[in-house]
Amino acid sequence: MSKRIDVKDLNVYYSKFLAVEDVNIEIEAKSVTAFIGPSGCGKSTFLRTLNRMHEVIPGGRVEGEVLLDGDNLYEPGVDPVTVRSQIGMVFQRPNPFPTMSIKDNVLAGVKLNGKKISRSDADSLVEKSLRGANLWNEVKDRLDKPGSGLSGGQQQRLCIARTIAVKPQVILMDEPCSALDPISTLAIEDLINELKSEFTVVIVTHNMQQAARVSDKTAFFNIAGTGKPGKLIEYADTATIFSNPSVKATEDYVSGRFG
Amino acid sequence: MSATTTRKTPNDSRNVQNPPPVARKRNSLAKGHLPRWAVPGIAAAALILGAAASTLGGFSVATLAIYTAIIFVIASTVITTLVEGPRHGKNTLATNLVYAAFLLALIPLASVLFTVLQKGMPGINTHFLFHSMNGITGAVDNASVENGAPVLGGAYHAVIGTLLITLWSTVISVPVGMLTAIYLVEYGKNGPLARAITFFVDVMTGIPSIVAGLFATALFAVLLGPTARMGIVAAVALSVLMIPTVVRSTEEMLKIVPNELREAAYALGVRKWRTIAKVVIPTAISGIASGVTLAIARVIGETAPILVTAGLANNINVNVFGNWMATLPTFIYYQILTPTSPTNVDPSIQRAWAAALLLIVMVMVLNLGARLVAGLFAPKKGR
Amino acid sequence: MTTNALRRNGSKGQAGDKVFSGAALGAGILILATLLAVAIFLFIQALPTFTADPTLITGGEGFASYIFPIVIGTVIAAAIALLIATPVGIAVALFISHYAPRRLAAGLGYVIDLLAAIPSVIYGAWGYLVLAPALVPTFQWLAANLGFIPIFAGPASQTGKTILTAGIVLAVMVLPIITSLSREIFLQTPKLHEEAALALGATRWEMITMSVLPFARPGIVSAVMLGLGRALGETMAVALVLSTGGLIPSLIKSGNQTIAAEIALNFPEAFGLRLAELIAAGLVLFVITLVVNLIARAIIARHKEFSGAN
Repeated sequence: MSKRIDVKDLNVYYSKFLAVEDVNIEIEAKSVTAFIGPSGCGKSTFLRTLNRMHEVIPGGRVEGEVLLDGDNLYEPGVDPVTVRSQIGMVFQRPNPFPTMSIKDNVLAGVKLNGKKISRSDADSLVEKSLRGANLWNEVKDRLDKPGSGLSGGQQQRLCIARTIAVKPQVILMDEPCSALDPISTLAIEDLINELKSEFTVVIVTHNMQQAARVSDKTAFFNIAGTGKPGKLIEYADTATIFSNPSVKATEDYVSGRFG
Repeated sequence: MSATTTRKTPNDSRNVQNPPPVARKRNSLAKGHLPRWAVPGIAAAALILGAAASTLGGFSVATLAIYTAIIFVIASTVITTLVEGPRHGKNTLATNLVYAAFLLALIPLASVLFTVLQKGMPGINTHFLFHSMNGITGAVDNASVENGAPVLGGAYHAVIGTLLITLWSTVISVPVGMLTAIYLVEYGKNGPLARAITFFVDVMTGIPSIVAGLFATALFAVLLGPTARMGIVAAVALSVLMIPTVVRSTEEMLKIVPNELREAAYALGVRKWRTIAKVVIPTAISGIASGVTLAIARVIGETAPILVTAGLANNINVNVFGNWMATLPTFIYYQILTPTSPTNVDPSIQRAWAAALLLIVMVMVLNLGARLVAGLFAPKKGR
Repeated sequence: MTTNALRRNGSKGQAGDKVFSGAALGAGILILATLLAVAIFLFIQALPTFTADPTLITGGEGFASYIFPIVIGTVIAAAIALLIATPVGIAVALFISHYAPRRLAAGLGYVIDLLAAIPSVIYGAWGYLVLAPALVPTFQWLAANLGFIPIFAGPASQTGKTILTAGIVLAVMVLPIITSLSREIFLQTPKLHEEAALALGATRWEMITMSVLPFARPGIVSAVMLGLGRALGETMAVALVLSTGGLIPSLIKSGNQTIAAEIALNFPEAFGLRLAELIAAGLVLFVITLVVNLIARAIIARHKEFSGAN
């Protein structure tokens, strides 16, 4: 239940503005890959191109190929909806649907698409997904309460449960811990380690310790200056990036010598 | 240092727990200011003088209030100017005028509500509520005035007409208005078509209601011939007035829904239209419902467009697609302007006020309903 | 060549998207079409007025001399309404935003909104049966003491059903529009400007004239314009309150007429050329209110671009 992603010569645009230039990267199945880099370097923008969320923004478009186990996401005739149901996404700020209960939030991906699901199947899917997100024990007694009543960390894990309930191949995480306290962050990091056994995980983070703790491979993005496109500078095993990077800019960034 | 402040030794200043008892001396900062009792004092004096002045030329509550207000405003301005200086005098004058304007604005509201209640209550009874004007002629009214019998005839047909026409205009306006708002917020973004629609919705907001009525008449005259007057024509006219209100309120509410929710749904592989229908609209539904209710409240009281589209009926007509129809506003209008019995207008006037009371109750219920709805459907928060 | 697994089931469910976005687009276009239709149908139905023999038009001298007095009447009634409603409306808005205790302010705003909620026919009935008789003594006093001014020339109406009464009723009806828009803008005044004025030792009124009113001026102007649009198009208050007649300068005698009331009073019995005439009058009213509203919107739009800078 997980697939690899290969990106070939990808350019990302906002209308005419080139935001990310010429990215080539191979992301292994059942691994955790972290994207690090300074603010505005395009790592989040690039992440959103991996499940065609970038084009939701007016003017957002790409050139190049993103292959999911060899199938190009951007081939004409590919429905972005199909892509997104295979490549899920968790956002920076927890965003449970405010009108739905905890249970309905988990089932959102199934129910919103109008798929019929039997009561028992639904119950087992809810339990499995919430257990998968390490949230089951905390919410099993209040599944019918609104999801917005949970703490920030719980809400974020609810969003992860909601994502894995759709049974994607890949989970993209856009700074999932930046709005959370350290304890909630730890819970999410533990969860990412467990998710690796079933899913391909790609995570954008500002926190280099976090990248070092959770990821197998790390990609460093950088930007030459404002108005210039972001670029993939270096991509290697996490241990290599943090101990023995081959590019000076990477070393400066991970050692904190970067402006 | 002024003489009025008590001298303190350095030690005293630390003793904040127990400030020395303040002597009944006035603070130096209060110097040159009117004391607190000045305002009620001037008011009392103005009231006495006003009462005296109003008795000179025939006493009435209205003249008393007017004279008192004028005397109070002038006196307090002059006294403030003398004691505190011209800048403060101006300030007092402005304050008084602002308060006066507010009280002045309340007078018509209070008067309208009081009149409608006072004159409408006697006419409200089950006969009025459940009978039409069918068969009620001038002779009937004359007879009830001469015999002192209760007024016959009611507004049942007008209530039915009001409800049906409003229902049909709601049925037309809500889908069109909501879909337009959805187009503007979710699809059109800021394209040329969206901007054109926004602009013309603004224009529509300003259409005088009678012009909306004329439009519907003209439209149906071209389609069905010049004498096509029936409920549905009125409903179309009211829709022209209602659609822009619905578009506006729905648009505002859809814009408030955070983009994160849309993205969350897209990222789950949910189609755009399902995202809109099942995530965006449910999140905004309280505001939309309350906006729609306010729009209904606005058109339910419209008179002019009904006059030129639905004609006037004295009997019950439940078919909006045929024959003339009455509504409460046109009922009120015709009862006042062309009383059923030209010699004894009182029964007609009584019916008009009773209908007015009924109409105000409907509008107020809708307004309060809009507030309730906004709270009731709001996304649930907390645990 | 469907080697791409992602293309399988690609189009399934896309129909829903197409239908939905199509419906939304269609609704938007329907609104544009409706407005166009308003103009076209009114024009078609009004056309006979412009082609007919001028002697057949009411008044016997063609459409222009028929419409002119009632356009002026409309303007007079709206002008009276604005003269009263503008200062009172702004003062009430100031009261709610800067004078009333904080806890009361929201409730007072709601009370003013109630004024707007009352149907126009009820204001008309109130004007006809309560306000007009109540104003008779005042009109007589005006005629007796200020009769040398043409607008107060006597003899005053015995019923009080004059254009001045109609204008006062209209003022009550546009007051909530002016108040609610002005209040919103007053509340947007940057707190820094207000506090800067107060810190200089300004009185409350000086603070308002120094910081609030200059900031709000374009907003007030557009609020007044929107109120004007409403006053020009309002029908019932005038149709019920005014005892109509030819154009006269005195405001306290029966006489004068407005477009909207002219249509409402005559439409039910009109047919043929008279009907076309009334629809033409409606077209004229439409154009006048359109222009007024467009000016108001233009002022608001221009103001919007600047308000962000604060």
